[in-house]
This record gives sequence, C-alpha cells and structure tokens, in this order.
Amino acid sequence: MTDATLTRAGASGRSTAQLRKSLKRRHARERRFKLYGVLAIAIAIGFLALLLGRIIEQGHTAFWTHTVQTEVYLDPARIDPAYPEGTNFDQLVAEQQLARLGVQDDEAMSASRDMRQLMSAGVAFEMQRLVRENPEVIGDRITVTLPIGADADLYYKGELDGEGEEQFRRLNDRQILWLDQMRDQGRIQGQFNTGLFTRSDSTQPELAGVLGAVVGSALMLLVTASLALPIGVGAAIYLEEFAPKGRITDIIEVNINNLAAVPSIVYGLLGLAVFINWMHLPRSSPLVGGLVLALMALPTVIIATRSALKAVPPSIREAALAMGASRTQAVFHHVLPLAMPGVMTGSIIAMAHALGETAPLLLIGMVSFVPGVPEAVTSPSSALPVLVFIWENASERAFHERTAAAIMVLLVFMIIMNAAAIYLRRRFERRW
Amino acid sequence: MLLIYLLVLAVFSTAVFVLARRAARRRATVVKAHSAAGYHGAWALIWAAVPALIILILASTFDARIERTVLIASAPEAVQALDAPRRAAFIEDARIVGAGGMPRQIWTGDLSTALQEEAARASRVDGALAWGGLIAAILAALIGAGLAWRQTRPEFRARNRVEAFVSVALFACSAVAILTTIGIVASLVFESLRFFQTVPITEFLFGTQWSPQIAIRADQVGSTGAFGAVPLFVGTFLIMVIAMLVAGPIGLFSAIYLAEYAGPKRRAVIKPVLEILAGVPTVVYGFFAALTVGPSFRAFFNWIGAQLVGGPLDGLGQHLLLVQNQMALVAGAVMGIMLIPFVSSLSDDIINAVPQSLRDGSYAMGATRSETIKRVVLPAALPGIAGAFLLAVSRAIGETMIVTMAAGLAARTTLNPLDTVTTVTVQIVTLLTGDQEFDSAKTLAAFGLGLTLFVVTLILNFAAQRIVQTYREQYD
Repeated sequence: MTDATLTRAGASGRSTAQLRKSLKRRHARERRFKLYGVLAIAIAIGFLALLLGRIIEQGHTAFWTHTVQTEVYLDPARIDPAYPEGTNFDQLVAEQQLARLGVQDDEAMSASRDMRQLMSAGVAFEMQRLVRENPEVIGDRITVTLPIGADADLYYKGELDGEGEEQFRRLNDRQILWLDQMRDQGRIQGQFNTGLFTRSDSTQPELAGVLGAVVGSALMLLVTASLALPIGVGAAIYLEEFAPKGRITDIIEVNINNLAAVPSIVYGLLGLAVFINWMHLPRSSPLVGGLVLALMALPTVIIATRSALKAVPPSIREAALAMGASRTQAVFHHVLPLAMPGVMTGSIIAMAHALGETAPLLLIGMVSFVPGVPEAVTSPSSALPVLVFIWENASERAFHERTAAAIMVLLVFMIIMNAAAIYLRRRFERRW
Repeated sequence: MLLIYLLVLAVFSTAVFVLARRAARRRATVVKAHSAAGYHGAWALIWAAVPALIILILASTFDARIERTVLIASAPEAVQALDAPRRAAFIEDARIVGAGGMPRQIWTGDLSTALQEEAARASRVDGALAWGGLIAAILAALIGAGLAWRQTRPEFRARNRVEAFVSVALFACSAVAILTTIGIVASLVFESLRFFQTVPITEFLFGTQWSPQIAIRADQVGSTGAFGAVPLFVGTFLIMVIAMLVAGPIGLFSAIYLAEYAGPKRRAVIKPVLEILAGVPTVVYGFFAALTVGPSFRAFFNWIGAQLVGGPLDGLGQHLLLVQNQMALVAGAVMGIMLIPFVSSLSDDIINAVPQSLRDGSYAMGATRSETIKRVVLPAALPGIAGAFLLAVSRAIGETMIVTMAAGLAARTTLNPLDTVTTVTVQIVTLLTGDQEFDSAKTLAAFGLGLTLFVVTLILNFAAQRIVQTYREQYD
C-alpha cells in the first residue's frame, strides 16, 4: 500500500508538501510502533521490580526480632530440680514481668494471661534448659534475655498498632500499654533473627525457621542430581553420538520433546501412583521428591547436553578417529570433555528449576507439617518452596513476613546457582 | 543401611579393578595383549559391581511388598476375616511393632494377641528378606568378579566388551525417557479407568456439577458427590484467556523490539532480565498474587463499586463491592506476567529466523522499519508465532501454584473475570492433599483430571512443534 501511494503521488504529480505530510505521518507511526516495544519491555521489567520489591519489603522485617531483658526469681518452691519440665515457667516469668510493671494480677489471673501472650512459646524451653544446665541457680534472682511473642514483635516493628476496635485486635489496650512501658524501661532489644535459620517449621510463628526445609531441599536435590545428571548425560551422548538414525531414535526424540512440556503436576501424579502406591516408598520423603524431580529435570538435561555436544566441531571427533581411537574413546576422551562446560551450565540451570518446583511435591505428601530436620532421604521432610506455600496459607499475620523471608532464602539459592552457571559459561565457553 | 552396602560394594569393585588391571599387565608379558590393562580392570569392575547393584536395588525396592504379601498369605484366621483396608492396616502395624515401634491403631481381643505373634513373624520375615538380599548380592559380586578374573587373558578383547557394555548402558539411559512416558500414561490411564467405572466418562466430561464430597454416612446431604468437570474446564479456560491477553501482546512486542530495534548492547541487558522473570519459582508468583495483586485489585474494584452505588449503575456497583481477593483476573494477570518471557523468547527466535533478504527487499522499496515488520516480517513469522502461543497456552493450562494460591476453590461455570473460579490443576491438588484412602472416588477423580490435562497439553505441544518445525523448514 505504501509503495502504491508513493507511485501514485509521483505519477499524479502530488505536491512535495503533500508528500512531506504523508512521510511525517508514517514516521510518527514508526515512532509509535517502537514506543510499544519499549513500553512492553518496560512493563515486563517493571513487574519484575515490583515483584522483588514487594517481597523484600514484606520480608526484610523477618530477619529482625526483639528480646526482653527481665529479672526472674527462680522460686525453689515452684521448681523441682529433678523435673524442670513440670514448672509453669511461662506463668513464673509473666508474674515477675507484671511485678516489674507494678500491675496486680486479679483473681482470674487475666493479667498474667495477657502477659503470657506477649512472650514467646520458646520462653519455657529456654528456662528449662537454663535450670537443667545450672540447677544451682534455683533460688537465685537472675537476669535473663527472653524472646517475645510474634504479636509483640510485630508491634515493635510497627506492623501492629492500637487502631480499630479492641475486641478485633491481636493486642488489647492493656498489652499495648505494657509493651510501651517495657520499651521505655529500656529492656527491649532488637537483634538479628538467628532462629529463622537454626529452627525448623513450627505452629508458633516466632519459633518457625527454615532449617528443616533447607536441609530437605538439599537432600532432594542430591537425589535429583545423582540420578538426572548421569542418566541425562548418558541419554544425550547415546542420541547424539551412537544412535543409529531410525524409528526407535525418532520415537525417543519426540518423546523427550514432549516430556519437556508435560505439566509438572502430572509428574506428581506419576510419583504418587508409582513410587508411593506401587513401590511403597515412604511418603513425603526427599527420596520420592528427588525421584519425581529427577524425571522432570531429565528432558532439560538431555536437551542441554545434546546442544553442548552438537557445538563441538566434528573435526575433533575425526582427528581422534584418525589417530586410531575407537568411537567410545573419541567421545569420552575428546568430545565430552570439550562439551563439559555447556553440560554443567545446562545441568545447574535444570537443578535450579527443580529447586523451585512445588506442585509435584504437594501431591507426594510434602504439605504435611514436619517440625524437625530430616535425618535421611527416607524420613519425612519439607522443602523450601513447599514451606512458602504452607506459610502463605497460615492465618497468623506474623507468618506473612516469614513467608517473604523464606522466599528470599529460596531466591538467594537460585541466584547462587544461576550465577555459577553464568560464570561457567563465561569462563569456559569456547567459540570454534 | 543401603548406603553402607553401596559403599562396601564400591570399595570391593575398586579393589577388583586394581587387581584385574595388575593381573592383565602381569599376564601380558609374553604375548602382546589385545586391550590395555585398564580395560581388563574395567571389565572385571563391571562384573563385580553391576549384578550386585541390580540385586541390591531390586531387593530394597520390593522387600516391603514381598513381606506384605507373605504376611497376608499366611495370617491367622482372625486377620483373614478383616476387610481389605483393615487387614492392610493390621499388617502395617505388625511390621511397625516388629521393627520395635508403637502400633498406630488399637487392636482388641483376638487381634491384640495376633498382633504380637504377627509382629514377631514380621520381624523374622523382614530379617530373612534382608539377609537373603544381602547374601544374594555378595554371591553375585563374588561370582561376577571370579568370572571376569578368569577372562583376564592377553587375547581377551576387553576393550570391545567394555565399549559394548557402555553403549548398552547409554541406550538404557535414553530408554528411561520412554519408561517415564509409559509410566505417566499407565498410571493415569489405569487409575482413570477405575474412576470411570464409578463415574461414567460422559458425566465427567459434560456434567456441570462439581462437588467431589463423599459423605461418611449414607444419609448425609450430598452423599453421592458430583463429578461433572465442565466448571473446571471453564475456569481453566477463563484464566488461560486472561493470561494470554496479558502475555501475548507484551511478549510479542518485547520480542519485536529485541529482534528488530535493540542493538547488541541493549539485548545483552534486556534478555537476562527477562530470563530472571522466567526463573522465578511459580510459588513466588503465587505469593505475589495472593498477598499483593489480589488485595490491591479488590480494593480497586470495591472503590469503583462504592462510587457507582446509588448512581445509574447501581447494580454493577453492588456487584463490584462483593469482589473478593481470589478471582480469575488476579490469577490470570499474574500468570500472564509469568508467561511474558516464555512468549518473548520463543517469538524472538522465530522473528530472527526470518531471512534478512525479505527485510532488505522491503527497505529497498522505501518502507519504514515498522511497515516492514507489520507487512513483511510478521506475516512471514506468523505460523511460528502461532506455535509459540500454543506452547504458552499449554503452559498456562498446566500451571498449578499461581491458581492454587490465587484463584479459589468455588467450582462455578462463569466467564466473569471478577468471580472466584477453580481450575483442573487446583482440583487435583485439593483432592490429593487431604487425608483419605487412596482408592476413594475422590482421589481417583484427580487422576481422571490429570489424564484430561495430559491429553490436552500433549495435543497442544504436538501441534505447536509441528507448526514450528514446518515453519523452520520453510526458511532453511
């Protein structure tokens, strides 16, 4: 059409002014079109920035937590040194806290109940440990630093406040008053939340950490890598270097391409039906999770390895064969070592992908609550992305910041793996 | 335990390797050997390690099954009289007690005495199986090593044998891909067939009622459960369309910019950034959808609703006021963001494959860049782009975490993007993450849904690959 307009303009002797005008219009259209492209990319990058920004904004507070310093009189009448678990330390601490603030507890002990809610459920464990390790402190008045509860922590971080009707709030007016008083007495200290990295999942947000899930994910990736990498590389070598061109090879190729596009949840169904119900492997174990992820990662590893092998020039192969090497020797002594950087890069990216995969793990029972650190590949375990899913579902407000923090931990691992892949590519990539 | 066996086996076969290599060297002093000593060692190593390894893996995979079968076959009558699930639970408890644990259920009367006997028997059977497997593995290793040792002679063609073994092993590796497909198809089809025995396939595919509750008592409300999957298909379709409306234009325009306008420097920056978007785990997108996009969309629509209430559009306003955090629009929009890099990188490849001569011809006729793109490049790339879009659609249909966290659970047949809808993948997750017997209609329904999902995505991928392939051939 453009060309037609031009010809007609020339033939009918349209004025230069008209031509200029149409040219101006066309150039404006050109600029608009280019602008759409810039806009599209700006939108995509904007979304990425928004996504990461929101996660950091929501999660950075979880790396910080507060403790309260308090004096506790370890009443020998209430603590049995042989059985410290029998003591209600929560109540003991709460009473002393109230005494420090000058509050009288009433008959129903409602004040000490309110105070107990401000303290972490970890207080009792910490006091028990203290008494068990040094039984001689019973009867003394000691100063201890104790963790505070999730709601009180959120209050000090400015995420909970005294607005709204009292009965709908997580903290009532009295509790807020006490929290302010404790801060004014200078007994509240902020510190890095090491518990987030040294504890495992818990129903209490202030006691919940990512350690169990990190170990579970690591065990799972170990299983995945030790299966998917050798099998994937072997399959790729066969298809690229040994396979006779024929029906079977074609079928395998089509198969692998299709497997790469099967939705991940279908692999979860496969794992449930075959590994758990047929082979009776232990549910929610890193072993089954790793097997499922290995099957999922296999096509990616094969495709990456094949393209790395393809990139090695045939002259290398021919030179080796000419020197009297057998086919196998040519491949394993010459071609594969040269393709190794590409294989490693593709494998690491496939592993990073497997690390972030969630859906199939839900189906093999990994959503269940696992409070400890898994000891072996057959013991029940959680995984980082599943932990994100579980915490996101938790209704407690304090879990939100921990969810975002768990995502940050997950992303850090993925960034490390991808950076390693990029480094390998940059460092060892060879152009022939 | 298995780990220790494997370590012992590794040490043993390394020793066999070293010994056989040395023997090969020693025996080849008179005649020149056909193969290098290392190949003799490797041949011995294969024979020492592989049969034992296969036995160990088979034993550890199947001994629980064998033990169960043996125990059930010879259980006392009181146990035989139980119905199948109870019997399985009893045998399971017997195994746990036999291994020194606490039973999970309470067994009374005959059963409680039987439990102790069965537990003792279970631990005997368990021990026998474990020892049997171990002894078989040791024998296999020794016999294998011995056989290979006898073959260590100068004229033995060890290299050819080892290489033949290697190529068989490599073929076995690529056969795993086929086995996976067979496994997927078999498990989906097998369980789905059992599901379609209780629920007719026509009702599943065309029924409009989805409420997969199976009542515990027969007189409960809704005791039958309904398995009409049409609402799920509609929900999946709706979210897919929204996602493609977001990802299609943005992805395509990004690809055009990258392929036609951006210089190599800009490309080197923009491409990795888009790849980051592709590398973010889907559960993170789900979190973003549920806690950021959902609440802000809801606030936005509620605000508009509040403006409209009382005005001429009162009905619409009332409707907007009821919008919830979970809606098709949120899940679809976030899924669209996830698909942008997918669409853009595929389209980028395809646009780059359009021969430069077509562009040059267009420029020579005086066309501007955008005119060239719109009238020459895009029409030429159209089939390939269609293939890329089909692949993105298949991704959108199979995506699970975003919809699970942001779309909701209400199975309703609606095309309103502000409603909560549910999808096939969400239902698979919900049906299989509760506590229930594996054989209930509820869990089997998940396999029916999985089969549908698998077939649809397979057709889409197949079509897309065909289109892209024919397109590639056109310009090669």
